[in-house]
Amino acid sequence: MVAQGDDVRIIAGGQTLVPLMAMRLARPRLLIDIVRIGELAFIRRDGDAVAIGATTRQCLLERDPIIGADLPLLARVMPFIGHAPTRARGTVGGSLANADPAAEIALVAVTLGATLCYRDGGASAEVSAAEFFIGPMMTALPTTACLTAVRFPVWREPRVGIGFHEVNARRSDFAFAAAAAQLALDENGICRRAAVGIGAVTTVPLRLEGVGEALVGTRCDAPLVHEVVTEALSGIEPLADLHASAAYRRRAAISLAGRAITDAYEAAVNVN
Amino acid sequence: MRVELSVNGKPHVVEVESRTSLLDCLRERLLLNGAHAGCEHGVCGACTVLIDGTPMRSCLMFAVQADGYVITTIEGLSPGPGELSPVQDAFCETHGMQCGYCTPAMILTAHALLAGNPAPTRAEIVEAISGNICRCTGYAQIVEAIALAAERMRGVNRPDGADASAQAGPA
Repeated sequence: MVAQGDDVRIIAGGQTLVPLMAMRLARPRLLIDIVRIGELAFIRRDGDAVAIGATTRQCLLERDPIIGADLPLLARVMPFIGHAPTRARGTVGGSLANADPAAEIALVAVTLGATLCYRDGGASAEVSAAEFFIGPMMTALPTTACLTAVRFPVWREPRVGIGFHEVNARRSDFAFAAAAAQLALDENGICRRAAVGIGAVTTVPLRLEGVGEALVGTRCDAPLVHEVVTEALSGIEPLADLHASAAYRRRAAISLAGRAITDAYEAAVNVN
Repeated sequence: MRVELSVNGKPHVVEVESRTSLLDCLRERLLLNGAHAGCEHGVCGACTVLIDGTPMRSCLMFAVQADGYVITTIEGLSPGPGELSPVQDAFCETHGMQCGYCTPAMILTAHALLAGNPAPTRAEIVEAISGNICRCTGYAQIVEAIALAAERMRGVNRPDGADASAQAGPA
């Protein structure tokens, strides 16, 4: 990998980076285009995970049978990522590496506890999604490194359900708030594993650990869900901008997370 | 930097700065002004061209990245001098435009949709053009135009249809 400096950026699909450059929010001196490195474009099962190469086009995930079968939450969010023309060129790694707080792939990565793989010089390394995102458009990726893949854990329980909701000004525009949930139930309809996350609300996507833990052993009844989600979001510091105030984002996140959990529970109950 | 571009079936070799967008290259170097510069950061869709048949934002691609792809602009849709493609025809007939700024991109997007889906539902048409902003029409006549074009293009494939080769246009 070419040694880089702060003003050298890697470009793949360019659907996040080039708008930033157009607005002069990013002014790289040099771009290194990796999008045609074929070895970085793949979707494959890898033990208890699905590995997706960094330059894999987002549009390929929309109709990939492995994603549909093993990562239903990721499959669910795909239509919300930009529009078809941007998904046709945008890559999975590019969305992660640019770390827009409202990015849906990042939200799913944090919610499910994905692992990001990168190369730095000759060495390979990994970092958890929770540690990878450190701020808006900021990641823990060393400036000399290149993201190579992301591994999403696959839940093998027989009854898994997912839910996802977001609010935005126009369909497929940037979310003001988003929430994702994945639940696994036992044969009695009791939650045995839960992952819940919110995106676009704070500077980085957040996995709500406390909510996941509180739901295990329950039937995810609406009052309980509302209580634990409200509690979990009482301590966050939401973003505020022209479009949505901090108070609105918190309120929306509570509501959307509740709906996502309820949807996930109902979907899991209805698995045979 | 030197780049070889295949645009509307013709090879072009152009010298561009590495920072030149594909949009600027098409407009300023190849004088193909049908791709429009709107927001220039990927939101409005006015710059949409077909890259290997798929609609993409030419403002979010650098010309040097476009080497080796088959690029189609609005200028490449006409089946012959003075003729219109069935989609262009339908846009005229239903008046699927007012100011015309979004129109080339809308038509290219519609072509790509109909190439893969000859009988789209209204919802599929709306979804397909959802990345293209039109500030005049309210979209109703654009959707109508695409539905009309789809109907006609299906018609030319019937055995009793008109001369299919003259009307089919590029895929």
